[in-house]
Amino acid sequence: MGNGVTTAGGSVAANGAKAKRTPVEWLKLFAIPILAVLLLVIPLFLSEFRLNLLAKYLCFAFPAAGIVLIWGYGGILSLGQGMFFGLGSYMMAMYLKLESTTSDSSAQALSEFFGSNLPDFMVWNSVEALPWWWEPFHHAWFALPAIIILPALIAFVLAYANFRKRVGGVYFSIITLAFSAIMAIVIIGQQGVTGGINGITDFKTFFGVSFEAEGVRTKLYLATVLLLLAVLVVGRFIVRSRLGKILVAIRDREDRVRFSGYDPALFKGFIFACAAVFASIGGALFTLQVGLASPSLVGIVPSIEMVIYAAVGGRLSIVGAVYGAVLVGAAKTFFSENFVEYWLYFIGALFVIVVMFLPSGLAGLLDRFTRRGANGNGAKP
Amino acid sequence: MNELILSVEDLTVSFDGFKAVDNLNFYVEQDELRVVIGPNGAGKTTLLDMICGKTKPSSGTIRFKNRYLHNMIEYQITRAGVGRKFQNPSVYEDLTVLENLDISYPKKRSVLGSLFFRRGSEIVGKIEAVAEQIYLRDQLGTKAGLLSHGQKQWLEIGMLLMQDPELMLLDEPVAGMSAREREQTADLLKRISKGRSMVVIEHDMAFVKMIAHKVTVLHQGRMIAEGTMEQVQADERVIDVYLGH
Amino acid sequence: MTFEIFMMQAFNGLSLFTILVLMALGLAIVFGLMGVINMAHGELMAMGAYTTYATALFFEKFMPAAKDVYFLVGIVLAFAVTFVFGLALERGLIRFLYKRPLDTMLATWGLSLILQQVFRHVFGPKEVGVPTVSWLQGAWAPSFLPNASFPLSRIFIIALALLVSFGVYMLLFRTRWGLRIRAVTQNRTMSGAAGINTERVDALTFALGCGLAGIAGSSFTMLASTGPVTGQQYVVDTFIVVVFGGVESLLGTILSAAIIGQLQSTFEFLMTGSMAKASILLLVIVALYFRPNGLFSSKVRR
Repeated sequence: MGNGVTTAGGSVAANGAKAKRTPVEWLKLFAIPILAVLLLVIPLFLSEFRLNLLAKYLCFAFPAAGIVLIWGYGGILSLGQGMFFGLGSYMMAMYLKLESTTSDSSAQALSEFFGSNLPDFMVWNSVEALPWWWEPFHHAWFALPAIIILPALIAFVLAYANFRKRVGGVYFSIITLAFSAIMAIVIIGQQGVTGGINGITDFKTFFGVSFEAEGVRTKLYLATVLLLLAVLVVGRFIVRSRLGKILVAIRDREDRVRFSGYDPALFKGFIFACAAVFASIGGALFTLQVGLASPSLVGIVPSIEMVIYAAVGGRLSIVGAVYGAVLVGAAKTFFSENFVEYWLYFIGALFVIVVMFLPSGLAGLLDRFTRRGANGNGAKP
Repeated sequence: MNELILSVEDLTVSFDGFKAVDNLNFYVEQDELRVVIGPNGAGKTTLLDMICGKTKPSSGTIRFKNRYLHNMIEYQITRAGVGRKFQNPSVYEDLTVLENLDISYPKKRSVLGSLFFRRGSEIVGKIEAVAEQIYLRDQLGTKAGLLSHGQKQWLEIGMLLMQDPELMLLDEPVAGMSAREREQTADLLKRISKGRSMVVIEHDMAFVKMIAHKVTVLHQGRMIAEGTMEQVQADERVIDVYLGH
Repeated sequence: MTFEIFMMQAFNGLSLFTILVLMALGLAIVFGLMGVINMAHGELMAMGAYTTYATALFFEKFMPAAKDVYFLVGIVLAFAVTFVFGLALERGLIRFLYKRPLDTMLATWGLSLILQQVFRHVFGPKEVGVPTVSWLQGAWAPSFLPNASFPLSRIFIIALALLVSFGVYMLLFRTRWGLRIRAVTQNRTMSGAAGINTERVDALTFALGCGLAGIAGSSFTMLASTGPVTGQQYVVDTFIVVVFGGVESLLGTILSAAIIGQLQSTFEFLMTGSMAKASILLLVIVALYFRPNGLFSSKVRR
């Protein structure tokens, strides 16, 4: 079983003493440091262009890691994480756009010409005034915490409300699907205030630093890596805690967990909120890296794609999600550069193959090379 | 005469017109070990389902100590001090025996509490003691899914012991067990019933004789006899219903 | 709003409803029976539409004299093709994922992506349309509603949908097979123990669900043109209809489709297309919160 981050194998006595570990188990124990080294060393070997691509892929590792938590450990299949990725992405975009409108000289010239202080796309759409819900994003002290808090709140309410009513797995998946569809539709439809299908782009500076400045790209990459590692550490902490065990119990026997005295809805709501925060951070970083917030990352298709990143890495492996995101992201780039038409075949087949034959993803493959001994091995989906 | 820990009055539940339990009155004293027997479909499991909150009664009341259970939901009833063991062993297959017992510990059941929970020596001691009692001391690191059927039953009883409920509801604790395992389970139940009230559903009459203080016989959702094992076995109606069992 | 406009509005809602109802019926039957949601259901509808298109092309090329008949042939072929494909799909993929409904969603999503690309490769990325047969051209302008006109083609597909729904009802409630399907839906283990070949029931029922989507696709060609992504546009709506109607009763599905179809065309009349769609989805989600088992579920689970 793809136990990427839970207890290593061997017999465990009550006081926690562990038996001897195999090499793969050592690999798993140090998965995060190994990844850290890889990610920090790689910039030395990549061109700036390729580094940017890697940074972009890493942004998708955030929602993927969240999906490992809610799906692998919690049994909740969310087909709408794009919603939270999009929230983070757009909130960052709003902040950056307003910053550029007020600070950038060419933007200022433009606004003087049009006689208004609004972001360019609003001016083009004849929007008269800044909508009230844009206003707070003038300030970093609002925008940055909002990226964390708003998705967490929305996610918790959404999940808790549904799970309190004991809405089942498939139903909830469809609800998440619908929500991400709604969000994409609304964003595209309300062009004047959201940038519509083109999204929000054209940022000049962030927190006073210009995007064009020397070494900025590298610094952004490092920041992304650090945040990703932090997210992985948090995820691993959750999984190893008692809460993680309770989640697994809820996943496998939710009814019984009630009779152990727990309210499953609270736990599911909590972990769903965590995943939402991860996705939101990823979205915000994406906007910083790529300079764009777009509805094409919000709807059904991108949301379900995020699931495949987690599935490829191994749905029980938080670190695996990073490898999954990078591998699939790289594949996407490869296909779009060389065989555009075959991308859908590839990813469609990937879904089918991973689900049918590799339910534990790459982490599971790794496991097959270990002797699992007393702890058993059943490849449980 | 001890105080009543459980009072079930006029309890009825019907599923699409079929009355699984029909105006049942059922009283359990403190520290009593009551066994409920009856032919299949008599409503025994349904009775336990309603007490622990799995099924909602159509009418009637269930009183546990000074609380009314029929309006509460499962986890609240559990926290109030009622523990349930199911007919089919319900353990967390993907977690180890240790972890199964750990999460049954009745403290820190909130989200934050469980997130930052540290397994201290107190709980480790309790886990080891319980594991000893349920004959699984050497299996603490084994995944529950790998245990034998009988061992899973014991594990589930162990999980209940961790919870330390005042009222234990056991549904066919020896189903599928060998003769030796049944003896061991009888010992176990006798040990853990000290200072606890228990309601046990069983079919194995020899086993019932080993453990029961008092026996209630249900048939078609109603009680048809109650008393010691000898009294009940001699009761005409019971003989009728069991066809010479 | 004049009476005519109201009637035409209602009629438009009805046309949309026919597509939704056929799609939803197919999905609901499968979901009720096997608990699986086939994310490629939309692509099956597109398959039906493309089959009808191919039939039109074939007739035009090889039997131009008989081209008025093509549409009926197209409908039958659409059903046949999607039915067979559904059978193959169930045997080849779905049945291996039985106790895993979430995984089934992912696998069928992958399939839907593959199918979309196949459509693109075979039929091209542009949308294709079919000619309306002569006997369905024109509209019905009833004398009592002088300013209204109801296209014949739409009347036809509404009638078709009603006929097919009736047929499904008859199948489920008046035939042996329907009995078996209902038995397995309600209690799989007992049905198996009673000697019903549950595997066969699953395969045929799944194929039937796909076939219904095929007919929906065929009908769809009378409403709009079909492209590789057409299926995906209707898929979320279909899921919502099924979830909203509950899987307890077919009537629930039909009514759910009617309500949602009607709401959608009304909303579209009142606000922009995208906001209409978003509002419907949101409305249904909220409604689901109050009735998690769907509109017509009798058993309110505790």
